[in-house]
Amino acid sequence: MGALIEVRDLNVVFGKGRQRVHAVKDVSFAVERGGSFGLVGESGSGKSTVLRAICGLAPIAGGQVLLDGAPVPHGIAFARRVQMVFQDPYASLHPRHTIDRVLAEPIAIHGLGDGEDRIERALDEVGLGSAFRFRYPHQLSGGQRQRVAIARALLLEPEVLLLDEPTSALDASVQAEVLNLLARLRAEKGLTYLLVSHDLAVVDHMCERLLVMQHGAAVERLEAAALEAHRVDTEYARTLLRASEGYRR
Amino acid sequence: MGLGAWLTTDTPRSRFQARMGQTYNGWRDLVRNPLAMLGLAIIVALVLMAALAPWVATHDPIVQTLKDRLLPPGAGGHPLGTDELGRDIYSRIVYGARITLYIVGIVAVTAPVFGLVVGTAAGYFGGWVDTVLMRLTDIFLAFPRLILALAFVAALGAGVGNAILAIALTAWPPYARVARAETLTVRNADYIAAARLQGAGATRIILGHVMPMCLSSVIVRVTLDMAGIILTAAGLGFLGLGAQPPLPEWGTMISAGRKFLLDHWWVATMPGLAIFVVSLGFNLLGDGLRDALDPRSAPR
Repeated sequence: MGALIEVRDLNVVFGKGRQRVHAVKDVSFAVERGGSFGLVGESGSGKSTVLRAICGLAPIAGGQVLLDGAPVPHGIAFARRVQMVFQDPYASLHPRHTIDRVLAEPIAIHGLGDGEDRIERALDEVGLGSAFRFRYPHQLSGGQRQRVAIARALLLEPEVLLLDEPTSALDASVQAEVLNLLARLRAEKGLTYLLVSHDLAVVDHMCERLLVMQHGAAVERLEAAALEAHRVDTEYARTLLRASEGYRR
Repeated sequence: MGLGAWLTTDTPRSRFQARMGQTYNGWRDLVRNPLAMLGLAIIVALVLMAALAPWVATHDPIVQTLKDRLLPPGAGGHPLGTDELGRDIYSRIVYGARITLYIVGIVAVTAPVFGLVVGTAAGYFGGWVDTVLMRLTDIFLAFPRLILALAFVAALGAGVGNAILAIALTAWPPYARVARAETLTVRNADYIAAARLQGAGATRIILGHVMPMCLSSVIVRVTLDMAGIILTAAGLGFLGLGAQPPLPEWGTMISAGRKFLLDHWWVATMPGLAIFVVSLGFNLLGDGLRDALDPRSAPR
């Protein structure tokens, strides 16, 4: 089976002249349908930029992003196939929109029918009752907001979910809840995940394969099994592993 | 379930109920703010006065009675005195409320909306759209406001309608500036990116996501500008380019009373007080509205 998402020699460059930043250097990877792939690295390693480049939120200077073997479509067609969950649930929900309005938006944009049912179902799926439907984001906790963001991403029934550090803004117990929710949804809906995190423990829990990035370049490719057995080749990956172990203790 | 419980429930059943509940909560916020209520009372009184002018006024605002000219307040059945042509100042102020409301209302509806559209479009699109729109705004801002309004009225002809048009045309650039500044702070927010990822077009994002964030600063700005708008209209009237005599426009009344200010203070003071009270009312209400419109300021 071919890859659902394939990134070939991706390069992302911000700015010009002296302010030029080469954020992503020749990164390639592929995620098969139904798979879960992790991008790991420290802050500033360019892992989030890869996600943003896939969505068209960061300028692609070179290389290709393929969806099902074809260049990614733009706008509405892209939205139906790929959705993203942002890192900070405090910033990704409009402060003046009720949860209802947030969830009604994609339905209106894509002209989907039976909006009422869809919204109720979407809230149920992420474990929020309809009691939350007419609240504002500021009336919700971080974990609840991230659940709303996940519900919004899933409303369009995408094949691929891009997760940009979906739990790093949450505290540890909520983090586990949200990760379990994401794992359950993936199993139920056969979603393909591309997850970015600085935390190897999170990636280990969620992904079958992963790519370690440093300074915008790919450092090492790993299988989850290898990670479990601590079979890593590069010094940098070992450092990351140690860091996550220290955290686990 | 009573109406109060229906409005204040934590778990509304429908979109309509939720919206009514929000409106009710905003209203309660507003009621809790005594200054805003004072402002609202002033504006309501102004509107009632304008609507019921023929019944509220004691005299005809235009008929001249030269033997009664320049009577002090209280004399001869004129509560606020008479002007240099023997017209009852109280009745003229009552009828003048109509013209004032007309000018303020139309300017307040047109200029901020136009400014908001220009500012958010410039801020959101950036690049050459921003450059073109903002240089245009700069050109309008570079002219002194009254001079520009004068030029417009001179070109279009005198009268209240053209004065409104001229004031609106000169009033929008500050709103565009405010709206653009607000847009620049939100355009890179994650919730805008999220909307774009859902396939939302530029129009939907600007109208639905960017404008609500600009609205509170613009509303405050509008209420602060109300006094200025009334005064600009008065200035145009004074120069013979706004409301034409014998129309009882407050600004025109002040400029007519200027000639008698030392001996007959009430001729200019009474319409001046009217402008002051109405401006104050708009300011107080605007401040309260800003707090009530922001869902985040609601008590948790």
